[in-house]
Amino acid sequence: MSIKLEHVDYVYSPGTAYEKKALSDICLEIPHGEFVGIIGHTGSGKSTLTQHLNGLIRATAGTVYYNGENIYAEGYDMKQLRTQVGLVFQYPEHQLFEVDVLTDVCFGPKNQGLSQEECVKRAQEALRLVGLKEKYWKSSPFELSGGQKRRAAIAGVLAMRPGVLVLDEPTAGLDPKGRDDILDQIAWLHRQTGMTVILVSHSMEDIAKYADRIIVMNKGKILYNDAPKQVFAHYQELEKIGLAAPQVTYIMHEIREAGFDVGVTATTVAEAADEILEAVKKRRRGA
Amino acid sequence: MIRDITIGQYYPAQSILHRLDPRVKLVGTLLYLISLFLFNSIPGYLVATLFLISVIRMSRVPFSYIMKGMKPIIMLLMITVIFNLFLTRGGEVLFHAWIFTITAEGLRTAVFMAIRLVYLIAGSSLMTFTTTPNALTDGIESLLGPLNRVRVPVHEVAMMMSIALRFIPILLEETDKIMKAQIARGADLESGNIIQRAKSMIPILVPLFVSAFRRANDLAMAMEARCYRGGEGRTKMKPLRYRSRDRIAYIVMVVYVVAVFVIGRYVPLHIWIF
Repeated sequence: MSIKLEHVDYVYSPGTAYEKKALSDICLEIPHGEFVGIIGHTGSGKSTLTQHLNGLIRATAGTVYYNGENIYAEGYDMKQLRTQVGLVFQYPEHQLFEVDVLTDVCFGPKNQGLSQEECVKRAQEALRLVGLKEKYWKSSPFELSGGQKRRAAIAGVLAMRPGVLVLDEPTAGLDPKGRDDILDQIAWLHRQTGMTVILVSHSMEDIAKYADRIIVMNKGKILYNDAPKQVFAHYQELEKIGLAAPQVTYIMHEIREAGFDVGVTATTVAEAADEILEAVKKRRRGA
Repeated sequence: MIRDITIGQYYPAQSILHRLDPRVKLVGTLLYLISLFLFNSIPGYLVATLFLISVIRMSRVPFSYIMKGMKPIIMLLMITVIFNLFLTRGGEVLFHAWIFTITAEGLRTAVFMAIRLVYLIAGSSLMTFTTTPNALTDGIESLLGPLNRVRVPVHEVAMMMSIALRFIPILLEETDKIMKAQIARGADLESGNIIQRAKSMIPILVPLFVSAFRRANDLAMAMEARCYRGGEGRTKMKPLRYRSRDRIAYIVMVVYVVAVFVIGRYVPLHIWIF
């Protein structure tokens, strides 16, 4: 279940005063089961990019392949693709509409043409996966708290059992606790189900902790596409485009500059602690 | 898809039309709309066409952009044409089959009515293309000012209008987003009969209404937080002031209306039945 993009370009409102090139020459391959982070400043094209992954918008030029098949080919089953690549939009709670949470989550499976029983079964399974307690299943989605609404909306996509889950800023507008909860839940989901997860964010901290690979977008182009450690090694360049490496990266560089021989590749606090302990041990042995 | 609706939106460009005082554009548009009903002959339409084309060129709004705004009214246009074509009686019978009869008068009315409708829409959308919503409501507020004396809440009405206009693009964008989100969940908006299609709109309309109410609530709160209390004693940061180009524009409008009236009524030029 790999996704491959070849030389994808996208232009908004071509031929008018609002014409804007959102993506240019995007080449990308995402193998099955990977946890990929896409990061970029507002307007860098990351949301536009995610909408190409399930064919919601059609590239102005270039091709998108899903499992080796060209999704723009004549007769390609777009509806099938959309259930395979589940896309969770920014503020997904704004799409809730049914009388109760369970029925809302059933919407996706129902559109797949499944039986009522199967729909409910999948919806319940999805609600459990996002950690929404059973007592909320029969309440109106509009009565839930912000974080719960978002879980319900994510469940709405998961209920289709997609092989790829794309999340566009799933933590926007949540408090720090809600943010960590959702991200931990997504990481758990990834481990549990083995699905490909593509997480879009503008917070390096969020992505550094979970992603196997980071794609940095700037002005519609891919700037870096590498493992987190390699990407954060460019922390000075990242700063120039308005992004920042995780704070620990800065701390480790400062420590090193102060004359203490530590590795600077740590991207999370836990890794940084290990690095420092290692360095302390080394120094003791030397002394 | 939904982004294609251009009618009623502002089109940013640098042109004399964009710089005109909104009151001139409002009065001018009104005069233009009335002028279209003052004649019913080829010479009249020639003058109106000439005027419309030169104004469009002056506005620097691409012609294709204006045509795109016509799309939503195509249905209305078709219905009008068909009704006029088959239901107007009078003059020579040009075509007759079963219950359908087309008369010379019918064809004439249908063609002129279609042109008139297109010109009405083109003219009025040109006003919104060249005037920002804010300028537009300032203009309306100023023109309706005298009604304040008879206790019409002119400022409030103008404010409501400007808010409504301001929200058109926002709600369009929101609709686009919700549609995409539901399509991503497998919603099928395009196939099925009319009842199925109407039903498939529910997942879009419910979130859209919820979002409209949420936005209205937020806006009201933000306005109150900045001590908005309505129009009483409120002054403008940029008061409207007529300049010489505005006076010239008024004169041009009057000349046009007189010309279209005189030429449209008294120049005898007939081709076939028109």
